[in-house]
Parts: sequence; structure tokens; C-alpha cells
Amino acid sequence: MSEKVLMKGNEALAEAAIMAGCRHYFGYPITPQTEVAAYMSKRLPKIEGGVFLQAESEVAAINMVMGVASTGKRVMTSSSSPGISLKSEGISYIAGCDLPALIVNVQRGGPGLGGIQPSQSDYTQATKGPGHGDFRLIVLAPASVQEMVDMTVKGFDLADKYQMPVMLLSDGTMGQMMEPVSLDISEVKTYEKPWAVTGTKGERKPNIVNSLYLKPDELEKVNFERYERYAKIEKEEALWEEYKMEDAEVCIVAFGVAARVSQNAIDRAREKGIKVGMIRPITLWPFPKEALKKASEKVNKFISVELNMGQMIDDIRLAIECKKEVLLCNRTGGMIPTVENVLSKIDEAIEGGRK
Amino acid sequence: MAVVFEKPKGLTDAVLHYCPGCTHGIIHRLVAEALDELGVTDRAIGVAPVGCSVFAYNYFNCDMVQAAHGRAPAVATGVKRSDPNNIVFTYQGDGDLAAIGTAETVHSAARGENITVIFVNNAIYGMTGGQMAPTTLPGQVTQTSPYGRDVEKVGYPVKVCEMLSQVDGATYLERVAVNNVKNVKAAKAAIKKAFKNQIEGKGFSLIEVLSTCPTNWGLAPTKAIEWLEENMMPYYPLGVYKDKTAE
Repeated sequence: MSEKVLMKGNEALAEAAIMAGCRHYFGYPITPQTEVAAYMSKRLPKIEGGVFLQAESEVAAINMVMGVASTGKRVMTSSSSPGISLKSEGISYIAGCDLPALIVNVQRGGPGLGGIQPSQSDYTQATKGPGHGDFRLIVLAPASVQEMVDMTVKGFDLADKYQMPVMLLSDGTMGQMMEPVSLDISEVKTYEKPWAVTGTKGERKPNIVNSLYLKPDELEKVNFERYERYAKIEKEEALWEEYKMEDAEVCIVAFGVAARVSQNAIDRAREKGIKVGMIRPITLWPFPKEALKKASEKVNKFISVELNMGQMIDDIRLAIECKKEVLLCNRTGGMIPTVENVLSKIDEAIEGGRK
Repeated sequence: MAVVFEKPKGLTDAVLHYCPGCTHGIIHRLVAEALDELGVTDRAIGVAPVGCSVFAYNYFNCDMVQAAHGRAPAVATGVKRSDPNNIVFTYQGDGDLAAIGTAETVHSAARGENITVIFVNNAIYGMTGGQMAPTTLPGQVTQTSPYGRDVEKVGYPVKVCEMLSQVDGATYLERVAVNNVKNVKAAKAAIKKAFKNQIEGKGFSLIEVLSTCPTNWGLAPTKAIEWLEENMMPYYPLGVYKDKTAE
């Protein structure tokens, strides 16, 4: 075991990106993720080949990301909710060009300028693909500073493996809190990128990075092929963690900070003998449908704990084919559900079950 | 038999899709010739815009990236910063560069980004069928200014070279035209210099090329050249607007 260091989530993810081989960062200041840029501006210029650039806009930043991604190098940007909306155009192009990139969203409350406190209200935007057209992002949802590190490394790997943009969907809590982390990153995989624009060097035909297909049958074919890749991802890459699910009668589904609160609530409920457990999606897309479907055969009820008006709840219902009732325990606008909020929802689930 | 005329190696064999009389073909050739003559075609990476020249990626015989509307300078920034040995250029029209992409244009110049920007100004949105552009002349009739551009209501055209000449980060700005042999030669020299600046690490160069759009101007190719000379050249005077390398 390597030594642990105490780090803020935003800084830990930035360091993890560097350890994963990312040498290019482009961003624009926005609360509550500015530490990522600040950290990169300090570290990257001191590393060989390191480039930190503060762009003139979120729009420019994501397009600079696209430029580096086109050359086959690992690259990232980070922002918070309003900034991700601005990046959506570029994310669509990156997906349409089949380029790997890591996009971090340290979510804050919305809509509009919203607030600067933690939120999960970009769940739908992230999991359904921010931007126009048929595409997906792999969405990773860390629930600790350690996972901010691990998911960053994994995010770069998945992006390269599947040639697509990956989003680390964090929130203000994960970004701002400090926890001990191990930065012992065992293995960084590298991938061949014969499609990258690196100059032909007179040795090959030109490479073209492009998302334009004016012939509809060609565009359809490209989209079909991309969705075959997505199907493979749905089959092979879903990640989740189960907590006290062995004998659970009520299943909480929560990710990120909501999962941490829920875990405390579960421990408290268990003290009273209530059989409640949790499935914590770690990948929000692909969504751990099979795990939920399996759980639906055993539990009586589900509770979706979210920091939004109930966005993931629809995916839960789809996953369990509406076979069991799903209650919503939510706070929004930057508010975080308390353990008591979750406990009273557990009570409601149990009471309702007795009727 | 002596070879007296050849296609530059910097162009592919693809047949250009441009309308008859459109000057994009000339400008493509000048860019390709410049890359060839400077010996950098095989380390060049071009960034295509949205607009008539969107298919530039099929025509330049080098690595290419197709960017979102107006974002080419930001994409080019990424490509260049990834490896400074790349010779990176954008090829953009007036709607792309001077309207939706104004911020990317101004800020890549302000950063002194070591790239070459080829800016084709034909005073109209060609690809979408001839709408009013940021460079459409006062009084000019287009699909979305059917009574002529009314400067009282929609304001004045943007003069890109003049504007960027006030940006400290810009190195070299020149406006050229491709309306006759003499000017084509001058345009070639300017484009070549813009690439040479990049090779020598001198920073941001932008060459604005006054161009025709016979189709959307509703003029025969020869008349379009005349219209460019009589209307565009007085409003957009040719010349060097900034040259830090001469200072």
C-alpha cells in the first residue's frame, strides 16, 4: 500500500489526470471547479510537453480539447454545469468524430445561472449525451476523493479504448472536500491511434477527423456502427457497488454524495432492524440495469436518492421494468438530503409495504 | 516534352465542388503551392470550417480536421499546442470567422497563437444560399437583406484586418484579392509569408482574401470580378495592416 495524502477532490483528480498521461488542459474559470484549472496551471508548465491554457470561453476550451484529441494525445477540460451547456456543441463534435477526451463536470445547482452549491441536476444531460445528435458519453460518478482519482484514470482509459468522450460527473461536494487518497496508479494503458492527425510525414495518406456525412445512408451507417460500440459498452462496462443488499427488502439507488448520505442512513436503519441496502451506480451510462433488474426480484421497493428533481428515477423504472414502486428522496438547488430525509423515506417505503 | 504546369502536391485529385467562377479554387491552390514550396505539406494539419469550404478536408493533401462553425482557430490552437512542429492552418469564410467565430479569431490573435489563418471574404454566406454576412456591404442585397443591407438597422460590415491590427498579439495581417494575375501573385506571396512566419515561430498570421460568389451575388463570373473590384475593394482596401516581422 502506498502512502496516503490528504487532498481536495478537484486537485486529486487533476493530479490523477497528469499521472494518467494527460499533458494538455484547457478550461475556463467557473465555481466550484476552479481548483482543477489552478492546479493544472501550476503543474503542467513544469512537466515536459505540458500545456495549460485558459481559454476565452467554454466553447473555445472544448474545441481546443478537440484539437489535441485529434492529434491522439490525452486531453481534458473541466467545468461546472452552466459551462457544460456551453461545451455541448463541442462534445457533440468530439463524439461525432470518435475522439477520446475527458470532460469533468463538477455540478452545481441550476437551471440558468442557478447556484454554486452541489447538485446532481445534470444527470439527464450527461447520461443522454449533452449536445445534438445520436451519441452517448460514458459517465463516471465518483463518491469519494479516492474515486475522483481512480475514475479519472479509468476515464482516460475508457475514452481511448472506445474512442469517445467520457464524462466524470462529480459535484461541488466531491470537488471541494478533502480526504486521504492513494495516488498509486498501478498501470496506465496506451493505445495505438492510427487515425490521429500528426502530419503525414510523407509516409501515409492524409488522416481526416470529421463528423460530416452529407449522404444520409452513410451517416446512418456511421451511427449504427457507433451504437454497436455503445451496445458493447452497455454489456461490458457497467460498474456499481452493492451495500448490504444480501437480505435487503428496500433498495436505495444513489450515486456520488447522495450515496454517502444514504449509506449512513442505511447503517442507522439497520440498527433498528430495517432491511435496507443500496445499489450505487458508479457508471451512470452505462447504467447498471442488470443489477437493478436482479434486485427487483428480491426487494419490495426502491428509493432513488438524488440532488435534483428526480432524473435518475426514470432510468431505475426502466431498468426494473416498473415491476416495483420507486420512491423519490430528493433535495435540489444546492441542498443535500440529510440522513433524516433518507430515513423518513425508508420509513415511508416500509409503511407503504405493510399496507 | 517539358512540363510547364502541374497540380501542386498539396492538393488531392478530388474534383472541387465549388460553383463556376468561384475563387475558392484559386485560393486552395495558392495555399497548397505555399505548403509545397516551403516543404511542409507532410507536417501540415489544416482545419476546415463550416461553410462553402467545409470540404477543404477532401482537397488539401495533408492531415485535416473539420471544426464546428467558427471554432477552427480554437481547434487549431489545440492541434498546434499538441506539437509545435505541426504546421497548422485554418481556412475560413466570413460568416465562420467574422460572425459566429469572432471570439475564437480575436483571442487566437491576442494569444499570438503560432498558426496561419486563411480568411476568405466574399461578403455572403454561400453554403446556405446567400444570406447577409458580417462582411456584406452596405446596401448589398442578399436573401436576408432583400432590400439591401440597411446599416441603420443591422449595422456596418466588420473589417477584420483593421480590427485585428489593434490586437497586440497579431504578427502579420494582410488583405489580398484574387481578381487578376497581379493580385493572385501578391496573394500567393502573402500566404507564403504567413506560413513562413509560422515555420519561424513568429506567431499569428491572417491573410484575408477578397473572393467572389457569382452564384449568390447573381452575377456571371466575369461580372462578379468586376463587382468585387468596384464595390468590395474600395470598402476593404488591399494592403498590409500589420507586420511585426518588418518592424
